Amino acid sequence: MVKAFKKYVLLTDTEQGDPERIKKIHDLFLAVLRVIGGDEEIQVVRTSDVGIYGRGVVAQILPDNIFYAGVQEEHVRQIIEEGIFQQKKLEAIAFEPKDKQLRIVLRNCGVIDPERIEDYIAQDGYFAIHKVLTQFTPEQVVNEMKISGLRGRGGGGFPTWMKWNIARGVTADQKYIICNGDEGDPGAYMDRSVLEGDPHSVIEGLMIGGYAMGATKGFLYIRAEYPLAVERVQKAIIQARERGLLGENIFGTGFNFDCEIRLGAGAFVCGEETALIASIEGRRGYPSPRPPYPAIKGLWGKPTVINNVETLANIPVIFLKGGAWFASIGTETAKGTKVFALTGKVKNSSLIEVPMGISLREIVFEVGGGILNNKKIKAIQTGGPSGGVIPEHYFDTPVDYDQLQKLGSIMGSGGMIVMDETDCIVDIAKFYLGFCVDESCGKCAPCRIGGTQLLHILTEISEGRGKIEDVEKLKRISFAMQKASLCGLGQTASNPVASSLKYFYEEYKAHILENRCPSGKCSRLFRYRVVEDKCKRCSLCQRNCPVNVISGDREKGFVIDAAKCVKCGKCFEVCKFGAIAR
Amino acid sequence: MGKAVINGIPVEFEPGMTILEVARKVQVRIPTLCKHPDLPPSAGCGICVVKVKGSNKMLRACCTPMEENMQIITHDPDIVQARRTVVELILSNHPNDCLTCGRNQNCELQTMIADFAIREEEFKKIVPNLPVDNTTGTVVLEPPKCIKCGRCVEVCQNMQDVWALSFLDRGVDTRISPAGDIKLGDSPCVRCGQCSAHCPTGAIFENDDTTLVWKALQDSEKYCVVQIAPAVRVAVGEGFGYEPGTNLTGKLYSLLRRLGFKAVFDTNFAADLTIMEEASEFVERFVNKKGPLPLITTCCPAWVDFMEKFDSDMIEHFSSAKSPQEMLSALAKTYYAQKIGVDPQKIFMVSIMPCTAKKYEIHRSKEMFTAGNQNTDVSITTRELIRMIRQAGVDFAELPDEGADSLLGDYTGAGVIFGATGGVMEAALRTAYYFVTKENLPKVEFEAVRGLKGVKETTVTIKGTDIRIAVAHGLGNVQSVINKVRAAKEKGEPLPYHFIEVMACPGGCVGGGGQPYGVTDEVRRARAKGVYADDESKTLRCSHENPYVQKLYQDFLGKPLGEKSHHLLHTKYQPQPEYRK
Repeated sequence: MVKAFKKYVLLTDTEQGDPERIKKIHDLFLAVLRVIGGDEEIQVVRTSDVGIYGRGVVAQILPDNIFYAGVQEEHVRQIIEEGIFQQKKLEAIAFEPKDKQLRIVLRNCGVIDPERIEDYIAQDGYFAIHKVLTQFTPEQVVNEMKISGLRGRGGGGFPTWMKWNIARGVTADQKYIICNGDEGDPGAYMDRSVLEGDPHSVIEGLMIGGYAMGATKGFLYIRAEYPLAVERVQKAIIQARERGLLGENIFGTGFNFDCEIRLGAGAFVCGEETALIASIEGRRGYPSPRPPYPAIKGLWGKPTVINNVETLANIPVIFLKGGAWFASIGTETAKGTKVFALTGKVKNSSLIEVPMGISLREIVFEVGGGILNNKKIKAIQTGGPSGGVIPEHYFDTPVDYDQLQKLGSIMGSGGMIVMDETDCIVDIAKFYLGFCVDESCGKCAPCRIGGTQLLHILTEISEGRGKIEDVEKLKRISFAMQKASLCGLGQTASNPVASSLKYFYEEYKAHILENRCPSGKCSRLFRYRVVEDKCKRCSLCQRNCPVNVISGDREKGFVIDAAKCVKCGKCFEVCKFGAIAR
Repeated sequence: MGKAVINGIPVEFEPGMTILEVARKVQVRIPTLCKHPDLPPSAGCGICVVKVKGSNKMLRACCTPMEENMQIITHDPDIVQARRTVVELILSNHPNDCLTCGRNQNCELQTMIADFAIREEEFKKIVPNLPVDNTTGTVVLEPPKCIKCGRCVEVCQNMQDVWALSFLDRGVDTRISPAGDIKLGDSPCVRCGQCSAHCPTGAIFENDDTTLVWKALQDSEKYCVVQIAPAVRVAVGEGFGYEPGTNLTGKLYSLLRRLGFKAVFDTNFAADLTIMEEASEFVERFVNKKGPLPLITTCCPAWVDFMEKFDSDMIEHFSSAKSPQEMLSALAKTYYAQKIGVDPQKIFMVSIMPCTAKKYEIHRSKEMFTAGNQNTDVSITTRELIRMIRQAGVDFAELPDEGADSLLGDYTGAGVIFGATGGVMEAALRTAYYFVTKENLPKVEFEAVRGLKGVKETTVTIKGTDIRIAVAHGLGNVQSVINKVRAAKEKGEPLPYHFIEVMACPGGCVGGGGQPYGVTDEVRRARAKGVYADDESKTLRCSHENPYVQKLYQDFLGKPLGEKSHHLLHTKYQPQPEYRK
């Protein structure tokens, strides 16, 4: 039995410095509570992040959602006695965080117990489908979606209402709606969080879509590497069936709908619609040419709509609050919010949900709390392996589908990786390309061979064997891949290369012409040498060199034979005087 | 009819036609390495890209349907640049073994590289190191030469319903292989060779047995004889500039003598003999009720292999008559050897077939050894024969026409139509009619069993009795026919058919897996036309009228289905596992 507390105090230190400070305050909270009573009712938790930075120790009181910043030891007793017991707000240290986030998709994540349907219902769960079934015709559902302006969150940004409407217009004895939970971008976990934290909202979205297009059967295609998501969605389906929310004659309206899970085997390309369908049908996960589009001829030849997890989680809210409400958030062409997995060299690495139209700068510096270790920011990568890098001087761009595309990147499914001055652009391009090369299905030549050739050239450049004519080759192959690949994976796999060449050509040139990695990342380009005036002639480097290429003695000093050096970095590591340069 | 514009030229099209197909109507050939006219687009190569006017996006012509008022540009500097880069990329993933490759001068990739005038390889050579698989002894897989166009996989899985070949691994490691990474010889492969006939490069190739033939011809101890199959004569000319369907029987006879064969036989003679046995078998079962119906033909070794693996519950329905190739070989080493007084052990029988599976049939079961040693020593395909002709330095087109060696050489019109789908059925009906009525048909042609429709069904009336027949070609069309029989048997309902002909390859043997490259339905029709024209030119058009067949029964065999026939001309079938191991 999980013990329920009446109040929670979340503690975090929003400044980097003395790690003991937070521990002391935490201990003091516990001690005070023990003394004055209340440790049965109030739980004090040390947490990593509450979305506030540079404000000393911050205490968040839940469920009241009151913040106290700059908390010192002397404040502890006052917070407990006046703030919690007497429900007074301590104006002196109270803090109103300027929250740039807006949670629609993640509204229930962390708030409800995802394994209890009652929790979801208590948050107005399944009210939207009830409303839809009793008050809306399928045509009106599509219309409401059109008003909302919701576009697919899987990456393409295709208007959701349009997909539904195309499938609705096709006559067929069976139609299908599929939830695409094959999230695979490196570092991305938006869909996973929703599936694990709020599975019923996805099911409800699927039902509304099914009603609109005329599908009575849904599939949730979830990658097998998400066992908890699979378990929770399975539980949610069973609970919904038990309560008659899935099955025959739902709410007595005559609407039948049921869904089941299909596991993906972890191939990135199976997130592509036609490959996903092939995978469900038990065929090799190969994309097929479109047209015919799945909305007309999809799973087992029947009209099929495929919506991303995040897209579906938005839908119940749209019908509870109205399409017009949803459309009031965001920009002209992008409505609502977007969930991003903000990672990389940012202080607050986390899942964020922000309204469309927020600038990249706000995301990085306000939501993300700025750059880790106060390094200089270099760029941000959006859209995962299909996206591109955006340098700092474009950070005031509002985030939406078209604006990011103009910069040579994409919105994608929501991966967002922040890079600082120590990240090498060639290395980053190599990383993403390597991912796409691994994940290429192998069906068509431009992607299968083109990606491999690009990766080979980037490797040559990062290891000091690049030639200036390689840049032309990179561009030529990228062009062919973009134009001639069959599916989105191949068409966009070269984006990280193309965009980094566009914005950071100088870095490529440094690698190729000077054999130098400006970020000090490409280890094959290091030239280790002993700095005369710093060297204390201790001989530690010489004794630790595994290949014995450091000559000299304590009398004459030491010299590294660059031609024979294997660049293992051992000398650099062991030198206590910073006398090895690279 | 829709209207569109290609390169500024207005064009009309049927709804559903792809851009690639419509472009042909305005004399534009959009290059492709994966699209084959026989097959649905696989979209595997990415070379056929075109632009829609006003857009920078490129579309794949092979799989994009033409739309009303579309304005297509098939060639501009951007398009050519993208295509050229893709061709170069494919080349970077392909060995430069052209000079020693079996497809040299006959390779679609090689032609493409020549057309794009690629003179230098700019990209790193990434050629996989994968072993050659010759475990079937008929069809050889050479995965490093594969460009992953997907034709063979489509052919094997959907056209032929065999599912021996598939793609394994992914990305740059993608390769063709039987599922589970086993050897082709352990897979369900039925050796039909359609994969090799559709492969654009040298990745799938017939096992070349021509050296065995040259060796035998040079061996003075050996008495080399040869037979040519019906479908070879109408296709071999394609290797020498003739139109498909040109009948070159006379030139082939004289050619084979010049190559050094001591006797030149014609498989068509044995086809007549097959009909004598098979039609008798049918009459036995149909009129005298001795044995189950329907009777299913067994001339096609790939079909026999398929049946033993997938439909072995149908064994009792199979005609026990051997294929013409095997009948002729058995007689050459017995009847013929006796007549001319040669030691049968010295006779070396070479068969020239449109087929890769025949290479397997020659040692399929112990019945193929009834003449003492292996009845057919070597079987080569039409493609191999073309190479032998070139090697021998014979000016094929200028050769005089000659006749075959009698005893096992003369044939009727019924014998030659074996080469086309429906031919065996038609020939059998001509003779079965005679066996039942003791009269010859007033009109010998059965149009309903001719043509390229996948399954042809008709009812023939003999003396007031209906005979329901089905003709299927292309193994992918067979299961529906067999399943109908199965369902009727299970439910105890009247049989849907009494007589079924099956040929593994689309079009029958004229479209065989060992025939010259570049086969399409157009080519199949032309070759079939050549076969039917040969039939029409014959005075004798029914197998039982063949005087040499009659003489054979008088002098040697006795009667159809007699004891000697049974020993030399019939065989048995065994269920085989789909997968060995």
